[in-house]
Amino acid sequence: MTALPGDWEMVVGLEVHTELKTATKMFCGCANHFGSEPNTNVCPVCLGLPGSLPVLNERAVALAMAIGIALHCTIAPSTFHRKNYFYPDMPKDFQISQYDLPINKGGYLDLPDASRVSIERAHMEEDTGKSTHLGGTGRIHGADRSLVDYNRSGVPLVEIVSGPDIRSSAQARAYASELRGILIATGASDGRMEEGSMRIDANVSVRKPGAAFGTRCEIKNLNSLRSLQRAIDFEALRQIELIEEGGTVRQETRHWDEVLGATSTMRTKEEAEDYRYFREPDLVDLVPSDEWQQRVREGLGPMPAERRAVLAARLNEPTEAQLDAVEVVIDLALEEFVHAAVDAGADASLALARAANELAAGIEGLENLAPGAFASTVLLEGSGALSATQAKTVLGELLANGGDPASIATSLGFEQLSSDSLGETVGALIGEYPDEWSRYREGDEKLAQFFIGQVMKRTKGQANGKAVIGELQARR
Amino acid sequence: MKSVQQIAHDVQSGATTASSELESALAAVRARNEELNVFLYVDEEGARRQAQSVDERIARGEPAGPLAGVPIAIKDNLCTRGIPTTCSSRILEGWRPPYNATVIERLLAAGAVPVGKTNLDEFAMGSSTENSAFGPTRNPLDPTRVPGGSSGGSAAAVAADMTPISLGSDTGGSIRQPAALCGLIGVKPTYGLVSRYGLIAFASSLDQVGPFAKNVTDAAMLLEVVAGHDEKDSTSLPEPSPSLVAHVEDGVAGKRIGLVRDLVDGADEDVVNAVNAAAKALADAGATIVELSIPEFRLGLSAYYILAPAEASSNLARYDGVRYGLRVDAEDVTAMNEATRTAGFGDEVKRRIMLGTYALSAGYYDAYYGQALKVRTMMIEAFANAYRQVDLLLGATTPSVAFELGSKTSDPMAMYLSDIFTIPTNLAGEAAMSVPFGSGEHGLPVGVQLLGPGRSEAQLFAAARVLEIAQGR
Repeated sequence: MTALPGDWEMVVGLEVHTELKTATKMFCGCANHFGSEPNTNVCPVCLGLPGSLPVLNERAVALAMAIGIALHCTIAPSTFHRKNYFYPDMPKDFQISQYDLPINKGGYLDLPDASRVSIERAHMEEDTGKSTHLGGTGRIHGADRSLVDYNRSGVPLVEIVSGPDIRSSAQARAYASELRGILIATGASDGRMEEGSMRIDANVSVRKPGAAFGTRCEIKNLNSLRSLQRAIDFEALRQIELIEEGGTVRQETRHWDEVLGATSTMRTKEEAEDYRYFREPDLVDLVPSDEWQQRVREGLGPMPAERRAVLAARLNEPTEAQLDAVEVVIDLALEEFVHAAVDAGADASLALARAANELAAGIEGLENLAPGAFASTVLLEGSGALSATQAKTVLGELLANGGDPASIATSLGFEQLSSDSLGETVGALIGEYPDEWSRYREGDEKLAQFFIGQVMKRTKGQANGKAVIGELQARR
Repeated sequence: MKSVQQIAHDVQSGATTASSELESALAAVRARNEELNVFLYVDEEGARRQAQSVDERIARGEPAGPLAGVPIAIKDNLCTRGIPTTCSSRILEGWRPPYNATVIERLLAAGAVPVGKTNLDEFAMGSSTENSAFGPTRNPLDPTRVPGGSSGGSAAAVAADMTPISLGSDTGGSIRQPAALCGLIGVKPTYGLVSRYGLIAFASSLDQVGPFAKNVTDAAMLLEVVAGHDEKDSTSLPEPSPSLVAHVEDGVAGKRIGLVRDLVDGADEDVVNAVNAAAKALADAGATIVELSIPEFRLGLSAYYILAPAEASSNLARYDGVRYGLRVDAEDVTAMNEATRTAGFGDEVKRRIMLGTYALSAGYYDAYYGQALKVRTMMIEAFANAYRQVDLLLGATTPSVAFELGSKTSDPMAMYLSDIFTIPTNLAGEAAMSVPFGSGEHGLPVGVQLLGPGRSEAQLFAAARVLEIAQGR
């Protein structure tokens, strides 16, 4: 985070667009799937063919309500409007969105630093297709050719609009990160910013403390937390410099260039489109029943803040690195495994490390792994029956094929190493490296690492480091 | 021309075949299509295939549906799979829909044989079928005159005995007005009764598909087939198709029918006389006629010419040259959009797109669109109030009989006024139909209009049948 000069303060509000993780699109039965061959998940409705009509996806509404509930919003009877403007990747040349009557109104999000950001609304809308501009300038004006993929057209989105409550780029980042966790926890989104399933627009202005809000600029389409933070800092400094040099900030939409690390004008307020919003006559009012809202409410699990607190409570004065591991575990919803291991008597920090590293890396095989099997593996490692390397190998096997940890360890020949064979190996090494052994006996502790390394090499990593030290000390 | 009931009965019983009924229809089309410009596209191959499949079902002893072997004409704003669907516009040049409108699917399942696609005012915007990119349709009863519009082709197909029934669409009177001008039954069903899926939108909150026929029972048979809930149309009513044919002979005894001064004032004398005669016929059949004034109806036209163009300006945005239909190349995408739309749309369509865009613009929305929405609410309340006093309403369908080609094309306002009596029903989303009753100038038919609340089609058909009987039909 860049400090602002003088007593300048930034005022930031974020608009976060998230694609909803539904099986089908918002208004038709086409698959909502990222990465298919272009223009294969399309039909008359999402191509906006003449005569086609939208039918609202019930699951999308349930997910939108789940987001609203998680953000403490009021779920209100709502309507859909048409936002009219021409763009080649928008097949109807209007977007179905919500305008003055959104499904979720007036909530808030508490951040880990205990600050609170208000939520003005979280409304539903449809996504557009995706254009690729070839040749020439590579942008829509001046390219040789443009190709449009409509697979994304009609994918359901929720746009979450915060109040202008954010005062630093770090807070903006924390807000986006916490919101991302909530979106994942509600099942509404996979939170994959790199696939565009979560995109952020930032409204940035600057002022002296206590003064009225300054003129704001909107930075469009920030697609990583890093870009968000950098773009906000750049933009606030740009505005401050401009004002201090006697200029005034123009209300406009700006583009963030990741490579240049700078924002630039996309369009000014005067060039802004008149969207001619009006009620979408092809859809009826959306009035979710109390029973439906209740069902969604009851289906929601605990949100990240609560889960984070529960997990952190199992650690004794957690370190920074452990807190990072907690984030990973919460993000990927792996805490069930950690809790199972700790409940079985395993060391919390070891369980956390194995979950945040090995399980996170092998997440696609997670369905093969029972929490009990994870717990047993961590216990075996904690007791010294398995070395760290062996434990990781066992977890890899469990994630790949499932099974019982002890049997896997036996079948891989891991158990025999534990006592007799380790003693033999250490004895042999002492004979081979008499100089090193005598220096170690004289108190050069660094040589313990040398012997551990040799043992690991000879046993292909199947020895337990602590057990090696035990053997060495026993012979000292 | 045989009735629908008769054709379906004869085809099912083996007295005739769907294929031979189709060949008669195709012969009738060939005889007059060049003169009248009714069909933009005759799908001989597809129609023969469908007729053959109906005949095969019957040969196997299976029921072939309530419209077995009945030839039908389709307004060219209803999507037909693989068959050009133009809305009488250059902008859809070369486009063949990859899907059928729901009403087409229902017709095919009911054994009907769609013969082809009929001419209309471009995107259903007009009252004479002169706003077609493919030339005007002429009135079969007097080819110097218009058949009305926008469903002029579908009206003319039935009036010229090419097909016994046809489908049109009615946004402000586009079925009832041509029905009146061509001497036919024409029905604007309750909004939501017939699926709009596959009907190319003009003004989505007003559009409704409905039948043309030579008699009340045929119209009822067709409406029964196409009506009923469709999960592909969110504005479709939840109920299945209503029973209509069974109620055609219910009569009007004991019904209260409001004769609405505001649906007669300003009409030609022969039209006024026909409405009064219709009122007498209904009274003779046991109805009580109550004279009413509903002054709100006079606001309908101006509200309609804000709301319908506003929706149209959005509905027609998609014709941008990017994905289908006409494309006129230019230096960049914005210029291509503009060149395509300039070349592809006719004057009336452009006029309405501009009107609607203006009415929705920031700074004008409240004064125009917002105000028109309030008038629409007033209209709904005015109808509701009237239906607390009476069961149905009666008035003229249109102020005059069929007018001469070219007589109103230079004066859009004069053309718009042809729909002054039909528009209120669309704004309120209710039901109405035009019934030929008597004749006027040059012996041309006059249509009287029966109006009813939402889902009152069975009562409307019964009243219309009373008017038929009074004319000895």
